[in-house]
Amino acid sequence: MTDLLDRLPPDPILERRAVIQQRAAQTIGRRTLISKVFISLMVLAFLLALVPLGSLIFALLQKGLSSISWPFLHTLPTQPSLIDQNAIGGIGNAIEGTVIIDALAGLIAIPIAVLLGLYLCEATSRAANFLRAIIEIMTGLPSILLGVFAYEYVVVRMKTFSGLAGIVALAVLMVPLIAKASELAFRGVPNTLREAGLALGARSSRVTRGVIIPAALPGMITGILLSLARAMGETAPLLLVIGASGDWTWNPLKQMSALPLLTYNYSGSQYPSQRAAAWGVALTLVVMVMILSLGSRFVAARLRKERR
Amino acid sequence: MFFGAVIVLFVWSVLHTAWPALHQFGFHLVTGKSWVPGTGPYGALPLIIDTLLTTLIALLIAVPVGLASALALLYLIPQRLRATSSALVELLAAVPSVVYGLWGLFYLIPWLNKTLDPFLAGITGSRWPFSGPQEGFSVLLAGIVLSIMILPTIVAISRDVISVVPTDLIEGGLSLGATRSQVLTKVVLPSARTGILGAIALGAGRALGETIAVAMVIGSNPQIPHSLFSTGATLASTIATEFGEATGSTGGALAALALMLMIITAAVNAGARLLTKRALASK
Repeated sequence: MTDLLDRLPPDPILERRAVIQQRAAQTIGRRTLISKVFISLMVLAFLLALVPLGSLIFALLQKGLSSISWPFLHTLPTQPSLIDQNAIGGIGNAIEGTVIIDALAGLIAIPIAVLLGLYLCEATSRAANFLRAIIEIMTGLPSILLGVFAYEYVVVRMKTFSGLAGIVALAVLMVPLIAKASELAFRGVPNTLREAGLALGARSSRVTRGVIIPAALPGMITGILLSLARAMGETAPLLLVIGASGDWTWNPLKQMSALPLLTYNYSGSQYPSQRAAAWGVALTLVVMVMILSLGSRFVAARLRKERR
Repeated sequence: MFFGAVIVLFVWSVLHTAWPALHQFGFHLVTGKSWVPGTGPYGALPLIIDTLLTTLIALLIAVPVGLASALALLYLIPQRLRATSSALVELLAAVPSVVYGLWGLFYLIPWLNKTLDPFLAGITGSRWPFSGPQEGFSVLLAGIVLSIMILPTIVAISRDVISVVPTDLIEGGLSLGATRSQVLTKVVLPSARTGILGAIALGAGRALGETIAVAMVIGSNPQIPHSLFSTGATLASTIATEFGEATGSTGGALAALALMLMIITAAVNAGARLLTKRALASK
């Protein structure tokens, strides 16, 4: 038996393997060291990525909290003058403007976007694929372009800046975001559910209403709240179209004020008091955005739990 | 269908407003070297260069850090910290861009003036690309702010495409005696290549179109940058800062900028979607 093995011609694969194993054994120390260094660098890079976040939160809290007070949140802004440079007043109307613009934009966008999501989930035609591609591209378009769009169609036609133009811009911004999220939510509903509904004799439209939509609701609500949060923080489109207002404006056909825009304007102000207040405005905005973002997780988790 | 109509209206509105300017200035709009708002000439070349330059700086910082973070989130960080770490990175994405601008304006500018700019100038002995006055406001600062803003995009997408790399491949590499870093760089990254390119392109798309944060820190000075410390202005930031005072021909020229921005970002995004889709579908 051993004779037989000895007489075999040398196997090139075995030889090659022996060489590789030898090399591996020789270099294992060095390679492990390099690997350790490399991996530490990667974890370090990740920690480095968190540094800006930490600095940002620190800055917001440190500079923002000191300028926020109850009067700041619910009174109207005043124009500081050379005599009284600290008279900046509050941001009440900007909070109100932000809420109105965001809510009305959502009100316009949600029904359109949810129907669109339903259509994209059900349809498989080439038109649907094309629409899907367009929606994907729309989500990546710079928001300032929506400002140009709203300017052209609302501001120019109405001959005045208005909250409505901001609402239109943000609604167009939200539609592709919500449509995508609700398409995913609809796709997540198991086919068995739909088939069970049909097997019980329900019509297709009734199954959609009674089975599919409720089952997709948590995903849809998450998507909607996240889109509202995203739209709330947008400055660029509002900058072009909503004008400015120093008063409570409940009529969206007039010029309005909004938190992101106010942050931007205050940051470039000539008065140190307004520049400092920019942090207070920013903190208020971030808190409102975070309530929506975190709320989305909470609502979705809650709905899922109830369903079980 | 309604939505399709909105898109048509959207493209039409930009084309319609830009048309007089396109007609009047033609190709000079793209190739002209000087941009003077109000009176003209309207040459967008400096703006295009600044847009590309800030995006390039952002990618140079965010791609290595983002890829390392994605790998760290998937393979290196202890299991029980992963969910929290992911949430922290997503938190970065939820911060409105005006807040990044504010932070860049009041925190990064002093830091650049005191620390980073002198340090960089010291490396090259105040020669190119770190030459000229150090004002804080600069394409460099805009690039840095952008890099932080696109980081969550790059981390999230590349994490998704890396996570579909088959475990067989990774275990195969490890069983052959490769070290962890060897597996990550020679097996995981190459097999997720397409998707990572897509993630980078998505990040680039976001950086190209970012408006407010850039407008706040770049110095709003449309010129071809002679160093990284130069002030500048991008396509998007110029639309934002000049739209309010735009009269007559400037409005048309700004709409032409919007058109260029739309074409560039739509192309980049379409490419990105194609790449990520292919990466996720192939597994």
